[in-house]
Amino acid sequence: MPNMSLKKNEMPTQDPNVRNKNFKEVALGYTKEQAIDEAQRCLNCKNKKCVSGCPVNIDIPAFIHEVAEGKFEEAYQVIAKDSSLPAVCGRVCPQESQCEGQCVRGIKGDPVGIGRLERFVADYHNANNTEKAVKPESNGHKVAVIGSGPSGLTCAGDLAKMGYEVTIFEALHLAGGVLVYGIPEFRLPKSIVQKEIDGLKDLGVKVETNMVIGKVLSIDELKEEYGFEAVFIGSGAGLPKFMNIPGENLKGVYSANEFLTRVNLMKSYKEDSDTPIKQNKRVAVVGGGNVAMDAARSALRLGAEEVYIIYRRSREELPARAEEVEHAEEEGIIFKFLTNPVEILADENKFAGGIKCVEMELGEPDASGRRRPIVKEGSEFEIPVDCVIMALGTSPNPLIKSTTRGLETQKWGGIIVEEETGLTSREGIYAGGDAVTGAATVILAMGAGKTAAAAIDEYIKKQ
Amino acid sequence: MYRIAKKVELNPTVTRMDIEAPLVAKKAEPGQFIILRTDEEGERIPLTVADYDREAGTVTIIFQKVGATTEKLGHLKEGEYIQDFVGPLGTASELEGLKKVAVIGGGVGSAIAYPVAKKLHNLGAEVHSIVGFRGKDLVILEDEFEAVSDKFVKMSDDGTWGTKGLVTNALKDLIESGETYDEVIAIGPVIMMKFVAALTKEYGIKTIVSMNPIMVDGTGMCGGCRLTVGGETKFACVDGPDFDGHLVDFDEAMERGSMYRPFEAKKREETCNLFAKEVQ
Repeated sequence: MPNMSLKKNEMPTQDPNVRNKNFKEVALGYTKEQAIDEAQRCLNCKNKKCVSGCPVNIDIPAFIHEVAEGKFEEAYQVIAKDSSLPAVCGRVCPQESQCEGQCVRGIKGDPVGIGRLERFVADYHNANNTEKAVKPESNGHKVAVIGSGPSGLTCAGDLAKMGYEVTIFEALHLAGGVLVYGIPEFRLPKSIVQKEIDGLKDLGVKVETNMVIGKVLSIDELKEEYGFEAVFIGSGAGLPKFMNIPGENLKGVYSANEFLTRVNLMKSYKEDSDTPIKQNKRVAVVGGGNVAMDAARSALRLGAEEVYIIYRRSREELPARAEEVEHAEEEGIIFKFLTNPVEILADENKFAGGIKCVEMELGEPDASGRRRPIVKEGSEFEIPVDCVIMALGTSPNPLIKSTTRGLETQKWGGIIVEEETGLTSREGIYAGGDAVTGAATVILAMGAGKTAAAAIDEYIKKQ
Repeated sequence: MYRIAKKVELNPTVTRMDIEAPLVAKKAEPGQFIILRTDEEGERIPLTVADYDREAGTVTIIFQKVGATTEKLGHLKEGEYIQDFVGPLGTASELEGLKKVAVIGGGVGSAIAYPVAKKLHNLGAEVHSIVGFRGKDLVILEDEFEAVSDKFVKMSDDGTWGTKGLVTNALKDLIESGETYDEVIAIGPVIMMKFVAALTKEYGIKTIVSMNPIMVDGTGMCGGCRLTVGGETKFACVDGPDFDGHLVDFDEAMERGSMYRPFEAKKREETCNLFAKEVQ
């Protein structure tokens, strides 16, 4: 008999007024009892709409069925067939617009907590599984993967399991891409990412850090001189966007990428870090995505007294995950909806001293389907702040395009690929993730890495 | 890990190191930079390539001890290792086709001006080097500049080396005496580059400067190194570090460069104290 409660089992979390002063994980995870209770809410529908809502088509009812039976390791094996990073995706996927958005239980009441169950299962596996992955017998073929973010890790993992000799080239000093430099510790503990990378190394994947492909070596050199038969480009998003308003180059104005990289990758929140971050009292974050939430909540944890999120549309249009918005609100982030900055004002030392904004109202839907914000005349006002963080998205890094002959890209810089395979305009070169789509989600990048791994296998076998 | 193949103290605050990094050495060109971390917890700092030996597989860096990282780096010995060394980053200086160039170096910036002068010399250009230091004790690379320059003008603030005065005085004298240049390349403190650019603008001589702003990743991701060039925002790490000196907003660059100065000074002092304790 299914559990007919209309409410999801609540996720245990750190108290908002405690967690907004530390960098430890916010959500603490279900207990076994909570997981089983939540799993029993699944009706095991025939047409499995949740599965079609998942970008990598995990057999969701099947894994939930195992959880309901208390068979957690079996549940993990079901997920592992389709997802390489369940501990990550259980934490960062926008479930409300994917699997859970399709769940019939959501028509009346809460959908099944699929994301929370996925996280539980992955954490259970990581805590209890002592078997190390074993390097499969090599098939003698070499593949290079550029970038160690979600798409690169997934592609590398799938190929390594098939016996390929895979080398990942990472530009930074640490592997993990956006999972380590972008997403904060309190949302995705770095030990989880490290565990995934260690798992790949056990499978025989080599990780070369400090390798900026396009500079130290080109993709053509990897193919022609180093014997890589195929290359996967998962180089991620790239250059941060700014608004081009006056005052953006004042001291104390950061891109979210810079702010988060200083905090997450360089650990500037720790007293003894050599990498500085400015101590701020009043912070404005411009933007409404997950990155904006991450930056705002990090600023709060670094000791800011007031943190604003400035977003030009309304709460409904916020692109961030629902849970992140709720967490941000609970922690005391102040949302300024229908507000758009027009200028950053300087203090007497040429640091940011305030942000001048206008009020907006929503007009007709634009090309993105969202209602277009229009400026309200005469609505200018100022918020005094000492730090401004721009979280407006990124445009692809031109480095790989400009150094790889014949690699075609969209006008805005995204690499053009064949959707079913990830194949670029160059034979043997595949791409996926944000480098192709522009800023998107971890799970979509992971899906693209899987697709490309299968296509690379087919391509090399044909040679 | 990257081995320190050779270390030479050039003066009390400036050190030269040859770092074993064969792949970087193979590709490095004058004008490009590297990013390094001394240890696991270290900061990423950019340093411009001062020289390279493609056969030996080494890249030369020359640095002044100004913050915690350069202080720590200065304490490492020949044969020891640094944690991370990535490059070559940025675009190379465009030197081909130039016939006659004035290369201006100021202070530790001379270390970056030198490989430019050397490459120009090797390409067959006529090189006039104007190099300035505060005083004799701080002079670096004198013989090296001598070897690659058709004309070598030495300047110092206190008159203890060469002529007393600023590099801009020397440049102005050369131009006034009838020397004509295809290009002036100025590398040194931002304030020096600002005044060189202001001078050459009067004479309409194309001027390239090498900017060295604050950076984190060095690959275009963080945007910390942004500066205004001709009214547009540019990233020094991918668009530069060389820019048209007549278009750079130097005042803004100086402001941005000062952002963490109090932190840097404090961290350096802490690091010095730490090393002093170890010695006791």
